[in-house]
Amino acid sequence: MPKFLSQPSPDASLPDDKGRFGEFGGRFVPETLVAALDQLEAEYLQAQQDPNFQQELDVLLRDFVGRPSPLYFAKRLTEKVGGAQIWFKREDVNHTGAHKINSTLGQALLTMRMGKKRVIAETGAGQHGVATATACAHFGLPCVVYMGEEDVRRQQPNVQSMLMLGAEICPVTTGSRTLRDAVNQAMRDWMSSVSDTHYILGSVVGPHPFPLIVRDFQAVIGRETIQQSQERFDRLPDAVVACVGGGSNAAGMFFPFVAETDVPLIGVEAGGENDSRGRHASSLTFGKPGVLHGSFSYVLQDEDGQTEDVHSASAGLDYPGVGPEHSHWKSTGRVEYRSCRDDEALATFDLVARTEGILPALESSHAIAKGMEVAKERGKDEIVVVCLSGRGDKDAAEIQRLRDEANG
Amino acid sequence: MSSIDDLFQNLKANGQKAFMPFITAGDPDLGFSAEILKGLDATGCHMVELGIPYSDPIADGPVIQASYTRALNGGTKLKNIFAMCDSVAAEIKMPIVTMVSYAIIFRMGVDEYLQQAKAVGVAGAIVPDMPVDESAEFAAKCKAHDFSLIQLITPTTPRERAIEIAQQTTGFIYYVSIAGITGERTELPADLVDNLKWLRTQTDLPICVGFGISSPEHAEVLKPVCDGMIVGSAIVRRIAKAATEGASPEEVLADVSGFASTMLNAING
Repeated sequence: MPKFLSQPSPDASLPDDKGRFGEFGGRFVPETLVAALDQLEAEYLQAQQDPNFQQELDVLLRDFVGRPSPLYFAKRLTEKVGGAQIWFKREDVNHTGAHKINSTLGQALLTMRMGKKRVIAETGAGQHGVATATACAHFGLPCVVYMGEEDVRRQQPNVQSMLMLGAEICPVTTGSRTLRDAVNQAMRDWMSSVSDTHYILGSVVGPHPFPLIVRDFQAVIGRETIQQSQERFDRLPDAVVACVGGGSNAAGMFFPFVAETDVPLIGVEAGGENDSRGRHASSLTFGKPGVLHGSFSYVLQDEDGQTEDVHSASAGLDYPGVGPEHSHWKSTGRVEYRSCRDDEALATFDLVARTEGILPALESSHAIAKGMEVAKERGKDEIVVVCLSGRGDKDAAEIQRLRDEANG
Repeated sequence: MSSIDDLFQNLKANGQKAFMPFITAGDPDLGFSAEILKGLDATGCHMVELGIPYSDPIADGPVIQASYTRALNGGTKLKNIFAMCDSVAAEIKMPIVTMVSYAIIFRMGVDEYLQQAKAVGVAGAIVPDMPVDESAEFAAKCKAHDFSLIQLITPTTPRERAIEIAQQTTGFIYYVSIAGITGERTELPADLVDNLKWLRTQTDLPICVGFGISSPEHAEVLKPVCDGMIVGSAIVRRIAKAATEGASPEEVLADVSGFASTMLNAING
């Protein structure tokens, strides 16, 4: 086993038994949900020790998802930028077009282990909704997806896919009508349905054990990247970059690298239009520690603790909180968090489409934009890996609309 | 002894049960909330649960969610809510208990929240998103301030855990009647009475029941097995008519007071 796989991560034991990553995390939920979270945690810990569970998941990831996903050299983009080599971890070529399927299959298996008969989920960009609907169709589980009305509008292709996969879509009309309200509504459903329903949460957010479970199911991204780097370069990359909304693709990419303290890790938040309140979604850059959706983490709130409106051109990053482990990585300095504006992400989308023949998701375009920035700071022999978390077909119509709007 | 402890001692001595309406602070504005508080007190309500509006309430159904949204859209701020409590404190007898998200308490600071709430006469807090596992530090500070921390037990709470929660609670236990969110229900769960009877054997604290309770019929069923009842959505729905149907403050007050009297009669009549 290569050296970098054998070293224990200093943070690998987190979260602790209270679900805390340092001071972050925990379980700030109504009492009604506590028993279900305890059950989920117990079932997950058991499944982790069960070789049959691991094997069933591994076979699904290989034959149904198409893993391992390629590590791809973006040659023309690298030449254009003129710095370090830029490589993409291609989560966009997974079945359903994003990293979300890694976690929904694992959680669907847990659902059945717990003897639960129904699944609910929230979705922002629709990628998690499609991945949940897919896993549920695969196993024959009924599935209800909560989606903000605003996101239903801007992510129509994914809405149609979910319906065709047999999921029921519940548009959420409260609050900002985006991801945050979809989470609220899914939690409310779960309050009443907890005895027979599992909530397949889509990111490393929410109460313990969700940040742990989703991170572990997504950590296949980072593990494969380490292995592929070793095979290709005989060493680890010189920097790793991923976008952060709730932060699941980034947590999955970063977690196996956390112990490799020589490898800089860079998370990229949605910088939106500008730095003023309500015009971005950069919780780690501009927020403060607080409580949202069952967890203590960085959050964008006003002085009364009310969640602030956020903005991003990308529906998947349009979230006022972030996973508690990211807050921990920020506070320990292990991960550097940067912020990328809408216009920069949109320009990067165009550039990658034309230089590489890949339509990256708008979310992933944020990571690529900052990956290019990092590459520019480094020499030609260095390697920068960017997590290309999803494909951008879903964004084509919205990007065209934004362009038409900009052109009057 | 907090004012809540005194209240239940007196009720017990007189063989009575508590009726505790819920209202949202600032729906449709704080002046209106002050009038409603005075009206409920005049009707003889024993306590009031004052909902601090929150942007992301997970445990609340559509009626209370909408009231929070109205209050926040109207610019309701925590400092103004406390000022309103202060302004009515001398005029009402019933203790005020805040129903407040931990997101709000944490942002203000636990010590600051307790100091300000105490200063304006608030007797305790129900924090629906802070289960007992997360409450140790806050509970200790509440105790130091003689501020009741009312914790919730629900139908999904395992029995050993219910006993632990009861041990950590001060003031009274809030028993949630159903696994679900707030909102009026026609039927009470079949096992509710048995669950309350069991809990009665485990604790000396007063037990109040909430979620879904909305009619005198419910009160009849529950009064032999609890020490009080909490009614939220059935009150908030009536107050909402001020904002949604243009009802005058007098009309709303008459409607709410009339309903409160009916419930009080059913409970203690």
